[in-house]
Formats: sequence, C-alpha cells, structure tokens
Amino acid sequence: MLGVSAKIEELLTSVSDPEIPVLSIMDMGIVRKVEFVENQYLIDITPTYSGCPAMDTIGDDIRSAFEKEGLKAKINLVLAPAWTTDWITERGRKSLEDYGIAAPRTAEVDKAALLGEANTIKCTNCGSLNTKMVSRFGSTACKALFQCNDCHEPFDYFKCLK
Amino acid sequence: MLQEKLYDYLLHLGDNSMILGQRLGELCGHGPELETDIALTNISLDLFGQVRNYFQAAAQIKGGDATEDSIAMLRYEHEYRNTYLVEQPNEDFAHVIVRQFFFDVYHQLILNELIDSKNDTLVAIAKKSIKEVDYHVDFSSTWVKRLGDGTEESHAKMQTAVTTLWRYSMELFKATETEVWAAESGVGPDLDKLKSIYLERVTAIIEEATLRLPEETVFQYGAKTGTHSENMGYILAEFQYMQRAYPNMKW
Repeated sequence: MLGVSAKIEELLTSVSDPEIPVLSIMDMGIVRKVEFVENQYLIDITPTYSGCPAMDTIGDDIRSAFEKEGLKAKINLVLAPAWTTDWITERGRKSLEDYGIAAPRTAEVDKAALLGEANTIKCTNCGSLNTKMVSRFGSTACKALFQCNDCHEPFDYFKCLK
Repeated sequence: MLQEKLYDYLLHLGDNSMILGQRLGELCGHGPELETDIALTNISLDLFGQVRNYFQAAAQIKGGDATEDSIAMLRYEHEYRNTYLVEQPNEDFAHVIVRQFFFDVYHQLILNELIDSKNDTLVAIAKKSIKEVDYHVDFSSTWVKRLGDGTEESHAKMQTAVTTLWRYSMELFKATETEVWAAESGVGPDLDKLKSIYLERVTAIIEEATLRLPEETVFQYGAKTGTHSENMGYILAEFQYMQRAYPNMKW
C-alpha cells in the first residue's frame, strides 16, 4: 500500500494502537507515507481524532520497533487529508469485531444508529441486531457505547468518521 | 506584521476551545451520570486536541522558546482571546448544556468557513475538527431538546440557563481588529455574515425545545481583547498552577 519493502511493512504492522491492542497501525490506516531519506525512514502518521492521546505513544513505538532492527525512524504528524474510518482495512475490521468492538458502518447507517434508531448495529457477542445506543461517546473518542437487548452485553461501536 | 496578526488570530480560535475545554474538564468525575461525564470529557479532549494544532502553528510563528505549552499556560489573563461565554461557570447541567449548545453552533459555522481559508494550516485543522464538532452539535442540541421539552423542572432549569447565557452569545460575532483583518485577507470568515445563520439555527432548536430566547441582549464586549470577567482569574489560577509553581515541569 505504501510502496515499502516487506520488512518495513512487517515492522509497521508490529506496532499496534495502545488503546486497541489487536489493531495494527497499518490496519488502522494511520500510516500515510514512508520515505527513505539520508539513512532514515520519514514516516507520516495522522491522528484518528485531534485529541487522540495515543499518537505520542504510537510515534515512540514505531521508533523503538525500528531501532531494534538497527534502523532509524523519524515521525511526522500530518493533519491533512483528515483520517476517515474508510481507511481501516478489511483485516482491521475483522480484528475489531473479534475483539468485541463493532466495526464502523456506512455514514447513513451510522447516523441512524447514533440517532438512536434500533436494529442497525450488530452485537459483537451474540450477533443480534436488536441493540441500542447507550451513549454516543464511549471509552475513547473514536467509540460509542452500545448494549444488546437480547444477551444484554454492553459493547463498543467504532464510530464512522467521514 | 501579517504573521503577528495570524498569531493573534490563532489565539482567538484556540482560546475559546481551550477555556471551554477546561470548564468541561472540571466535570471529570462529577458528571450527572457516567455516560454524560464521559461524553463531556470526550468533548473536552476533542477541543484540547484542536487547540494543540492551533498553538503548534502559533508557536512556529512566534519562534524562540515558544511551544504549544508555553502559549497555552504562560500568558497573562489579558493576553487570552476567548469570549465571555466560555468562561461562564458550570452551575448546573442545564448551564453546561446551553453554554455548549450556544458555542457548538458558532464553532461549526466558523470551521465550515475555515475550510476555505487562504491559510493551508487552518484548512487542515478545520477539515479535521469539523468532523468532531458536528458530533458536539448533535450531542448538545439533543440534550437542549430533551430537557427543554422535558419535565416542568427540567424546562424551568433550561429556561433559566438560556436566559442567563444568551447575553454572552452575541460577543462571538463582534469582530475584533484581528478578526476584521482575517475576514479581509481571506484567512477567516466574515462574522457579520454568519450571525443571521447562527440566530436561525439557534432559534430553531430553542423553539423545538419549547424554550424562548430573550430579546437580543449584550452583556458587554471586550473579552476577546483581554478584558475578561472575574471568572477568568479563577480558571487560570487552576489551569496554570502547576506550570507557575514548577516551571517547565513535564508529566
């Protein structure tokens, strides 16, 4: 995707979002560009939300992953173009679901769900569509809190951001 | 010269979000229920994230030792460019929501205009922030409607908050010299033009909530040029305490 060698891609894939440890930063779509200039890798990353407190940690984690391989990485935080949930890969969406976080839906379904319309977001525990939104803000800026009406399991829904 | 104006304009944009973010931060652990507590602090986090972007740009202009932190923490009261509205105390949940609603509608309008700014940094920040602020508007308008058109008690509390806070809203649209410069140079929006859209949007939601806006009143202008209300000293005393007591401390 970024036109980098398999080794670099593997290194970047080994770094995960500290708040969602099952999701690699590559699958999250926040690595935007990698260039090799004067013996170091210049890596552009973009935040999911402006206030995302994980960005500093992610930068440190990339640097130390590269250092372990004797490589140098320099992190640059870019704002434009703004991140969207469309950049989460299929594999990323699957990891989210397996982890118990409902993956973002399309903008229309998302709006309906967050406006409280029932039967739009699937429960990550039992698969029922009979769910309700508890709060449009969840454990982190990128998630909303849902609950299943059938199995009563509370779960996070990754909000769609376009 | 131009850079100085741009620096000041960045403070105008950042300070409103920062002081409101600080007010919301005061509610951390004190929200009326867990979900609302988390929502308000999430909004605060969004606002502070946006402020960091503004102040990183401001620090580059200022040069020298300036950082996003020194700009946020180490100015004196008269150097802050936020409005009276965001300084207002939390009082009760009605005040928190109405203050948020009055600001969110304004904030959304401003960001939608900044997307077409001639300044690329502002365009990038606005495109990022607008996605978050659309959410804030949804959140605060929903609560305004639910509580305004709720029980007799919630209606009364909301009406009190609307009556108290409305007098601070018009200051948002009273352009300072810097904001006039921003509009004329295509960096920021023409506030005069936005005022009527603002009134329309706010009125629609307030009416749907069975509430009533007072006749257009203005408390006072001047916060944006540094004449703040008494509240501001208390906010800064808490906000700046650690940096003033232990200069350059870090987490």
